[in-house]
Amino acid sequence: MIQVEGLTKYYGERAAIRDLSFTIEKGEVIGFLGLNGAGKSTTLKVLGCVLLPTSGRVTIDGFDVTRDPHEIRKRIGFLPDTPPLYDEMTVGGYLEFVAELRGVSGSAVASRVAEVMKKTSLTDRKDELIGGLSHGFRQRVGVAQAMVHNPKLLILDEPTGGLDPVQIVEMRELIRQLKGEHTVLVSSHILGEISQICDRYLVIQQGEIIARGTETDLSGMLGNASAVELQVEGDAAKKAIDVLKAVAGVTDVTLTDATLRVVGSGELRPALVKALVAADIGVLKSDKAAARLENIFLKLTENEKTDQQRAAGATEAKS
Amino acid sequence: MKNIALIARRELQSYLRTMSGYIIIAVVLFAVGLAFNGFAVPGTAKKSSEVLADFFTCSSVLTMVCAVFLSMRLIAEERQTGTVALLYSSPIHDYEIVLGKFVASFLFLCVFFLSTAYMPALVAVYGKVSIGHILTGYFGLMLVGATSLAIGTFGSALVRSQVLAAVLSGMMCLALTIAWLLGKVTDRPLTDIVVGLAWWGHFDPFRTGLIHLKHVAYFVLVTFLSLFAATRVLEARRWS
Repeated sequence: MIQVEGLTKYYGERAAIRDLSFTIEKGEVIGFLGLNGAGKSTTLKVLGCVLLPTSGRVTIDGFDVTRDPHEIRKRIGFLPDTPPLYDEMTVGGYLEFVAELRGVSGSAVASRVAEVMKKTSLTDRKDELIGGLSHGFRQRVGVAQAMVHNPKLLILDEPTGGLDPVQIVEMRELIRQLKGEHTVLVSSHILGEISQICDRYLVIQQGEIIARGTETDLSGMLGNASAVELQVEGDAAKKAIDVLKAVAGVTDVTLTDATLRVVGSGELRPALVKALVAADIGVLKSDKAAARLENIFLKLTENEKTDQQRAAGATEAKS
Repeated sequence: MKNIALIARRELQSYLRTMSGYIIIAVVLFAVGLAFNGFAVPGTAKKSSEVLADFFTCSSVLTMVCAVFLSMRLIAEERQTGTVALLYSSPIHDYEIVLGKFVASFLFLCVFFLSTAYMPALVAVYGKVSIGHILTGYFGLMLVGATSLAIGTFGSALVRSQVLAAVLSGMMCLALTIAWLLGKVTDRPLTDIVVGLAWWGHFDPFRTGLIHLKHVAYFVLVTFLSLFAATRVLEARRWS
């Protein structure tokens, strides 16, 4: 669906993205991760045909972004980091305008608008002015405008930005529903917000991709195959450390506050719980810790920083 | 064509639904009324056609002011609020965006023209003027309005701030006005060029009821060039 080779974009003298290359298959949901200013939005704007690349080749559905941008624009739905909304329009009027703008034929406009409003739970708000909507609803209208012409590819730049926890859950549910029907590219700088909905992740830092793969791939990349967090009943934690250390495959057990952190290889949880129960220790909670995206991301970006500091140190030493 | 109409319709709705356009028209209309009373309506004896010509003189300058303020938001506002990304990511051409916006602002400027119509009507009722004179004068005002709106659209494409856009377009319009004064202190052949550039000389026949194709061509050309420049600015934004 998307092929990107050597994509580079300069803003004046500064490179926002450098030599990016990746491929996205049809029907995939891809998470685009990076801190603010890492180059996520710029990449998505190039894919959304809003900006032209300085160099590199980007093809979407077989069309080149510099040669056939119009063909691509018909096939994509783009939600920028600030939803592009006209405050003086009603929700329904705005979506009809966008549908016509994106080439939906006159007779199909009403049904398409009704369908996306149903999907994004906006039907009750049809006649309200966009200017009077809360942030959560504005974000929903933003997603609705991106999918109103039933595009093959949906590009959502930080769709969860600024939403409250309940709205984030709703937005995740919405994106999950889009899976299969559309290829979806979704970006965020808060990883928890898009974990569990993406098939693969691309981690971008200072304009370059520093890691890619599934959640498991990313955690495997750090050589930290599985760490388990456990909570046990009462004050049996100290006793539990000895029991856990005796389980095959466990390399380390640490206790912070009331949580036991067990590091080892393979899927340890069944064996750990069995051992604890056998030792008559009640288990309150058992959770996979290392696979959490936050940890992976922090570690990846930290590594990147230390590498750069080292490189900077080396240059200074040379001079 | 369909896309131009679509953009124009939305833009016109926006003019009709927000207060700023009405406020600009109201203020300028007040100024036109004052000028009509102060300069055009005579203290001494004056022919009706002269009163009408003076009315068009005052109106032409104030049409320009009105157009500069009406057009300042056209593209600058889209960039300010981020809605320009919607237009950029849709399958429409940049010239369609520019033309659609220009057409909408022109249609809204016609509201201003309509609301000034009571003044020539008064002259017609209390004096003796031909309908042709009135229509020709309004045709001239429309050309001045279209040219100023086009310059305003260009100014609006250049910057993100609406105020700055108005200042820039105002300066461009002022330059085209002052060029006529500049002609008084320069020698030929520079005088011919400078005077030719000024819009004022081209509007003069219209206010007395004459239409010359060369003067129509001037306004059409400046309008075209300004809209063309605005389109190029929009295209260039995709690279930066």
